[in-house]
Amino acid sequence: MRKLKNIFFVLIFSVIVLNSSNSAEKSPPFLETKWTFKGLFGKFDRASLQRGYQVYTEVCASCHSMKYLTYRNLAEKGGPEFSEAEAKAIAAGFEVTDGPDSTGEMFVRPAKLSDKFVMPYANEQEAKAANGGAYPPDMSVLVKARKGGADYIYSLLLGYSEPPEGVELDDGVYYNKYMYGNKIKMPAPLSDDLIEYTDGTKATAEQMSKDVTNFLMWSAEPHLEQRHKTGFRVIAYLIILTVLVYFTMKKIWSRVESKV
Amino acid sequence: MSNHEYTPSSKFGKWFNDRLPLLTLANHLTDYPTPKNLNYWWTFGGILTFCLITQIVTGLVLAMHYIAHADMAFSSVEHIMRDVNYGWLLRYVHANGASMFFLAVYIHIFRSLFYGSYKSPREIIWILGIIIYLLMMAAAFMGYVLPWGQMSFWGATVITNLFSAIPLVGESITTWLWGGYSVDNPTLTRFFTLHYLIPFLILGLVVLHIWALHVPGNNNPVGIDIKKPSKDTVPFHPYIVIKDAFALLMFCIVFALFVFYQPNILGHADNYIEADPLVTPAHIVPEWYLLPFYAILRSVPDKLMGVVAMLSAILILAALPWLDTSKVRSAVFRPLFRQFYWILVADVLILGYVGAMPAEGLYLLIARVATAYYFAHFLIILPVLGWKEKTTPLPLSITEPVLGGSPNLAAARSDEKIEKTIK
Repeated sequence: MRKLKNIFFVLIFSVIVLNSSNSAEKSPPFLETKWTFKGLFGKFDRASLQRGYQVYTEVCASCHSMKYLTYRNLAEKGGPEFSEAEAKAIAAGFEVTDGPDSTGEMFVRPAKLSDKFVMPYANEQEAKAANGGAYPPDMSVLVKARKGGADYIYSLLLGYSEPPEGVELDDGVYYNKYMYGNKIKMPAPLSDDLIEYTDGTKATAEQMSKDVTNFLMWSAEPHLEQRHKTGFRVIAYLIILTVLVYFTMKKIWSRVESKV
Repeated sequence: MSNHEYTPSSKFGKWFNDRLPLLTLANHLTDYPTPKNLNYWWTFGGILTFCLITQIVTGLVLAMHYIAHADMAFSSVEHIMRDVNYGWLLRYVHANGASMFFLAVYIHIFRSLFYGSYKSPREIIWILGIIIYLLMMAAAFMGYVLPWGQMSFWGATVITNLFSAIPLVGESITTWLWGGYSVDNPTLTRFFTLHYLIPFLILGLVVLHIWALHVPGNNNPVGIDIKKPSKDTVPFHPYIVIKDAFALLMFCIVFALFVFYQPNILGHADNYIEADPLVTPAHIVPEWYLLPFYAILRSVPDKLMGVVAMLSAILILAALPWLDTSKVRSAVFRPLFRQFYWILVADVLILGYVGAMPAEGLYLLIARVATAYYFAHFLIILPVLGWKEKTTPLPLSITEPVLGGSPNLAAARSDEKIEKTIK
């Protein structure tokens, strides 16, 4: 019996050792930053979301689509909460092909709130051709599609550096310490003062990375605030009900000589 | 099984009940004598019923919005998450509900293993349970394919490819399953149809499972047969109902924590990338609840033998009532079995862990040892334990251990005498 117990512990121990030795090979720990959307009552930082949209539209959108987002989403509760007029104005700045009209012709018109975000490329092939064979992924759910989520995206945006000695990079390939395999085809997208924030915030690379990551988190989880709010109510309700049921149970079971 | 005749009090009730004895059934269910010493591990039957109903109800509504088409499935799921009223809640409850269902079923199965609930006269309940478990795995696997993400697609490819290991007809069977020459739209639509069907098969089997349970009645932590009804039992309502309700609420709190605060932690990030037949993910892993079997599959170098090993790992459970030769049910009175039981639990957890890791080096070695041990537990240890193990004395009734009992009586009793007393 003792022997078996020992084997058991050796097995458990080897698994733990294996795990820790394995984690040494993984990418460095993510950069730390405070996310307002985390935690029991986590909410988005509205101003940051609006700035994040600005970063997206002025920088990322030249290559990355967000095909599941609609312009009306920008004015919806729990998001960047632009006013309806602002969202309309944003939409009107884009052109979409509509139709056919009554004569059977397709026509171009300004986008409306009900339109999906206009995509930078007509299709995946065009996107690849324009980006050296790499497809810039759609960013609608990107945060949820990457292990590490928002922390990963934020770190990746700031993770560019010169390659360490001995690492050879082809043309159009860049070194990023957070990327899987450390090689990425996207050049460092953000640098200090690349854009000018409309609200006057200083556009450092860190600030822009954080804002755009916030924006991407919202786009991946547009109902996060409602989820947290509902979740708190549901769990509070369940706890109260559980306590009441517990005492009811104790009372009912007091009639028999048995414990629950 | 209360033997007294039930007669409804109202005239209409009597008229109706003579034609369709629903009221007799309701009376049986409320009066159903249940051992009063059941612990909280026994509440998972009710919890599982709740899980099944939750999955069916949320699934029904999701199916109203979901589009089973390779080009539209992924975006229809995003439509549910973004534009359907409370669509995010429905989908997260359904997705995490699957995990909660398996969590509960594993506790339910391991409870049965510990207290010997699979032994005579409950073999049919146990086998029905194994069939339900198999169907659950099929339903969960097909459900995971429906969002048509990368893991959906590649998971489906890996699992359906297993059939190609069958000699001679394997390739043809795989093509037939796919409805083409690779996992594609026809595969998705048939998986959707089957995913919709299976829960109702499970529901039917659950009715049989409970029916079969109500014939001998519940096993209990002491594992001895008891007279029903007697002072050892309580009526199902209100005693067991309120206790099950309390446990269910606790379970729901855990469930809600996942749904509202970590809805994606049990899933794989790659499944938020739309399926791409040209890009294979770095690691293809199934959902956590299938990992132990995935580890067994990969631990065998030969593909066909791997599939055979994986299937045997589940089917061997169906033979368990005859592999475990011990007459004593509860592990409480089986000191040696108790130790092996916990080693088995650890073994399955280790299998689950290595199932999530790449099948190479030390991981593969551990997977092989753990697989061998898994089979050894059922094929060697349990049959041998049955006649080698010296069990501790059993009490005469449930009330005895509760009230302290008398040690001199217990010492005089052997297994055979217990057998006689029971009969």
